[in-house]
Amino acid sequence: MMADALLSLSGVHTHIGPYHILQGVDLKVPEGGVTVLLGRNGAGKTTTLRTIMGLWTASKGDIRFDDHVITRLATPEISRRGIALVPEDMGIFTDLTVAENMILAAASGPMDAKRLSWIKELFPPIGTFWNSSAGTLSGGQKQMLSVARAIIEPRRLILIDEPTKGLAPAIIKAMTDALRELKETDTTILLVEQNFAMASSIGDTVAVMDDGRIIHSGSMKELAGNAALQEKLMGLSLEAHQ
Amino acid sequence: MSEAAIKPRIEKIPLKEQIFQKLPVFLVPMLALAGLIAIGNPSSWLTLTVAGLAMGMMIFIMASGLTVVFGLMDVINFGHGAFVAVGAFVGFTVLAWLAGWTASPSVMLNLAAVLIAILAAMLITGLLGLAFERVIVMPVYGEHLKQILVTMGGLIVAQQMIYVVWGPDELHISRPQALQGSFVIGEAAIEKYRLVAVAIGLVLFVAMRHILKKTKIGLLVRAGVENGEMVEALGYRIRRLFLIVFMTGSALAGLGGVMWGLYQETITAHMGSEIMVLVFIVVIIGGLGSVEGCFIGAMLVGLLANYTAFLAPKVALISTIALMVVILMWRPQGLYPVVKAK
Repeated sequence: MMADALLSLSGVHTHIGPYHILQGVDLKVPEGGVTVLLGRNGAGKTTTLRTIMGLWTASKGDIRFDDHVITRLATPEISRRGIALVPEDMGIFTDLTVAENMILAAASGPMDAKRLSWIKELFPPIGTFWNSSAGTLSGGQKQMLSVARAIIEPRRLILIDEPTKGLAPAIIKAMTDALRELKETDTTILLVEQNFAMASSIGDTVAVMDDGRIIHSGSMKELAGNAALQEKLMGLSLEAHQ
Repeated sequence: MSEAAIKPRIEKIPLKEQIFQKLPVFLVPMLALAGLIAIGNPSSWLTLTVAGLAMGMMIFIMASGLTVVFGLMDVINFGHGAFVAVGAFVGFTVLAWLAGWTASPSVMLNLAAVLIAILAAMLITGLLGLAFERVIVMPVYGEHLKQILVTMGGLIVAQQMIYVVWGPDELHISRPQALQGSFVIGEAAIEKYRLVAVAIGLVLFVAMRHILKKTKIGLLVRAGVENGEMVEALGYRIRRLFLIVFMTGSALAGLGGVMWGLYQETITAHMGSEIMVLVFIVVIIGGLGSVEGCFIGAMLVGLLANYTAFLAPKVALISTIALMVVILMWRPQGLYPVVKAK
């Protein structure tokens, strides 16, 4: 992998209660572009994102972001360094309106009007339902709000956990287009995704996890073009998931 | 992204569900109406209703901090009554110092004395809340059983400290001149102090709603109640926020203590633990973590306690427990359950 990694994990172990989930994760996320983290259910993908974000603390190993060790930093401090999380459950505050969700996401001050209008173009329902309760949004709209919150302030790295899970094909396409546009803004994205067709269409680099370890890393182009490798790593073929 | 392709739409809440959600708001007027029918005499009803609302407001003031503390950090604070008692003792001490003002015929001096007593009580209980959170609550986050045990322990320590500072006897104090006596409307006698209690409670409720709905710190509290982890992921230190809420809740309990003390005109070191039974009933009825639910629950408890004390004094002893049982059978999570993502 590339040497100028924005984020790197070296030998990261994470325990949750009695369970040893991450068992020595080594991962490098190059600056710019999209790195996709693949793997079957229970492989440790979500735990990896949560450990990077400080929501679970690594019991061993180092996490470096922009050449600084962030392994033991508290979550708010990690966020302030420019890392945002779009969690698997979206983390929407359903008791608040869409506007209030966005106001909170702009942690460093008032929202930048230009950036907000770009986000509203990227995700039209954000503008349409600006004053509506976020709890009344559909699943796809909540996912858009979750991503919109993560990008309301310029971030260096966005961790996105399965943004297409449970969404209709039209929404998946829209979300993919939005992530592609986001990628053009020099924002680095670490994407956990089960939908291989979507992941391979926007991913630049890829890492595959199994049993709490990275078992493969390389370019997405290489993996997408090698059905035998996909079969070996994940027991799937790209064709079967298109 | 094309809006047309996605066809934005919002999930409509069915009318039946909307009515079900709004129903608790009508419980207070419904209970007041039922009280009027049962009591028959409008003058007695008016006196009892104002007394009930005043009692409810004072319980709300004491309970509001407790419910937000639980909602935000899942902390069950059985020591909350300590702030009520300490607030009352501090307030009474200040009023005793200002005896010249409270005995004066000047309404302004009377009210100034009460205001200073309230501010002193809130300041001391707020600081006590800071120490309580750092020393007692912080080490047991996430462990409910330990929270119950150590906060109960904190309550006992606080009661013993009151014995040390103020002695073991109960204290008596008369309300300032301006807050004594009643207004007579027709045949109904309405105590002035109860009207003041209703006014302070209403102002506090409106202010709390405004802060929770319109300010960023209020948004953070509401968001933190629902999903504290996500609030942290957005870059906010929820522990610091919780400390502010805990201190504010403690200060409000101190305010409630002064008001309850002036209402009873007698205070004891155990008054906090005694009133906590009603406070917990209100918090449970309202839905743990809900300020609106807490307010409605407090009004219901206040009105019902006064109506039943008039109509059937023996039933009054169990009326609030019975109310809680009925509400929980109807809504097992309380009137306005707080949605938690944790």
